Amino acid sequence: MELLDSNVDLKEVQKLQGHADRAWGLAWNPAPHNCGGASAMLASCSGDKTVRIWQMGPTHQLDCSTILEDTHTRTVRSCAWSPCGKFLATASFDSTTAIWKYVGGDFECVATLEGHENEVKSVTWSSSGTFLATCSRDKTVWIWEVQPGDEYDCVAVLQGHSQDVKMVQWHPLVDVLVSVSYDNSIKVWAEDGDSDDWHCVQTLNEGSSGHTSTVWSVAFNSSGDRMVTSSDDLTLKIWDTSSAISQTDTEGFASWRHLCTLSGYHGRTIFSAHWSSEGIIASGAGDDALCLFVEENGNSMQVEEPSYRLLLKKEKAHDMDINSVRWNPKDQRILASASDDGTIKIWELREIS
Amino acid sequence: MFILDRLEEIVNHQNIPLHPASVPFIVHGVEREREKQKEKEMTLGLINANPVVHERRERLSRADDPPHHPYPHPHPHPDDVLDALDVFDSVRDIRDPEHPYSLEQLSVLSEESITVDEKLGRIQITFTPTVQHCSMATVIGLCLRVKLMQSFPPHFKVDIKVSPGSLANEEAVNKQLNDKERVTAALENPNLRQLVDECLYSSELYSY
Repeated sequence: MELLDSNVDLKEVQKLQGHADRAWGLAWNPAPHNCGGASAMLASCSGDKTVRIWQMGPTHQLDCSTILEDTHTRTVRSCAWSPCGKFLATASFDSTTAIWKYVGGDFECVATLEGHENEVKSVTWSSSGTFLATCSRDKTVWIWEVQPGDEYDCVAVLQGHSQDVKMVQWHPLVDVLVSVSYDNSIKVWAEDGDSDDWHCVQTLNEGSSGHTSTVWSVAFNSSGDRMVTSSDDLTLKIWDTSSAISQTDTEGFASWRHLCTLSGYHGRTIFSAHWSSEGIIASGAGDDALCLFVEENGNSMQVEEPSYRLLLKKEKAHDMDINSVRWNPKDQRILASASDDGTIKIWELREIS
Repeated sequence: MFILDRLEEIVNHQNIPLHPASVPFIVHGVEREREKQKEKEMTLGLINANPVVHERRERLSRADDPPHHPYPHPHPHPDDVLDALDVFDSVRDIRDPEHPYSLEQLSVLSEESITVDEKLGRIQITFTPTVQHCSMATVIGLCLRVKLMQSFPPHFKVDIKVSPGSLANEEAVNKQLNDKERVTAALENPNLRQLVDECLYSSELYSY
C-alpha cells in the first residue's frame, strides 16, 4: 500500500528516561538475539558520560538493563554496534573510543582506541566487520582494522577536511567511507586496489550542489545506491551513490552526484537523518521536530530525476533539540529519537484508516 | 583560524601537539600573531588599553526586587511577559574578560541588541566586541551562553552573533558560537570554563 500523508501517523510508544544530561546519540543492535535473546536492544549515549543499554522485556517495553559508566571522562557523543551485535563502540569528547564486548549478560570494555588529539565525534563499523572508522575535531578520520583477540590496528589517518569532522559512515555493502564536516563538505574515502592505501576519491562541496554550512550527518539507504546528508544550512540532500556498487575499482571512480535538496521543512540545524529499510527518510532537528520523507512514486525506473516529498512532520516531537534519529533495523516501522531533553523516544509509524 | 583552538592554546599555556598537515600554516600564523601581540602589548600595555567606558545605566527600581542571591534571576515586568530588558538584566553585568568593566559599560551589549520571543522560546543577542581583532570575542559569546542557560528555561533557543562589521573574523566566530557541539566541548575545558566563571561571578559585585 502506498504511504500517503493522509493515511499515516507517528505515535509515541515509549519514552526512555534516565540520562542526566542531553542524549546525543543512539544505536539499535542489528542482531539482538546474539546478546541474550532480546528481541530489541538499543544503546544511548549522553553528556552525562554514560552509555545506557535498553532491552525489550516481557512487557514489550524497553528497560534499562545496563549503564556503562566510569570509563569515559567526558561526553559520550556517539555509539555504534558491530554487525554481529556483540560489540559496541562508544566515541567520546575525552578523545578515546571504547570497545565494549557482550560477555555473559554484561558489557566489558575490552579495548580503548586512542590517537585523536581531541574530541571524537563519531564511530562506525563496516558491514564486512573488518573496519571501524572514527572522526574528530582534530580534522582527521582514522580507519582501524579489527584483529583477532579484540585488537584494533590503526591502518590510516586520513587528512583532507579543513575543519572538525562531525560524522563518519561506512557504505552498507562495500568498504567505502563517507565523512561530513564543519567545513561544509562531504568526503568519500576508498582503498586503492593495489597499495591498500586509503585516499579521498571524491569531495562534495558547495560547487557540487553541496551544503553551504556544517554537514552534521550522513546515512545510506539499505541498497546503498542513495545517501542523505543533513546540515546547518537547514536542508537535507539526497545523493546518487549507485556507482559504489557498480564500480569494481576506484580508478575511474564514477562520481556520486546530487539528486535532490529538501528545504523549508526545518527551521533550525538538522542534526540527523536516517533511512529505513523501507525507504523512508527520518530527520530530526534543532526545531524539536521530526520529519519523514518518501520518494515520489517510488519508481526507480523514472526518466526524470527522482524527487522526495514530505510524508509527515511531527512538531514538538521533543521539548528540545533532536540530536539523533534511527530506524529499528529489525522492525522497519519503529523509529527512535534522542534529544537535548535527555530522553529517547520510541515511535511507531502507523497506517490509520 | 580556529578561534576556539587558538583560545585553548592561550588558556592552557602549553604546546599542543600540532597536526602534521596543519603545522606549516598554524605555526607560521601563531608565530606572526605572537610577534604582533608582543609588540602591541609592549607599546600599549594591553590589546585595548583604553577602552571607552560608559556609565552603568541606573537599574529601574522594581517593587518586588528580592535580596541578593548567588544566581540572580530575571525579574519579569509587572505585565509578566519576558522581554529584552529581562534578558539584558541577566547579562549586562557580565565582566569583560580583559577589563574590569561590565559588558554594558564597554557598550559590548545593550538592551537594543537583544530580541526575545517568549512564546516561541527564542532569544537573539548581538554583541559588539571593543576592537576589530578581539581575541576574546568567543569567550564573551561563551559567557553569554552560560549566563542565559542559567537564567532561562532549558528549552529556550539562543542565537548569539557579533554585530555585523564589528569583527574581522565575524563569520568564523558566529559559526563557532552557534555550534552547540563546539560550545559544549569548549565549556568542558576546565581552563576556559574557569575564565568564563570569573567573568560571570564577578558581576555579583554590581548586583546590589
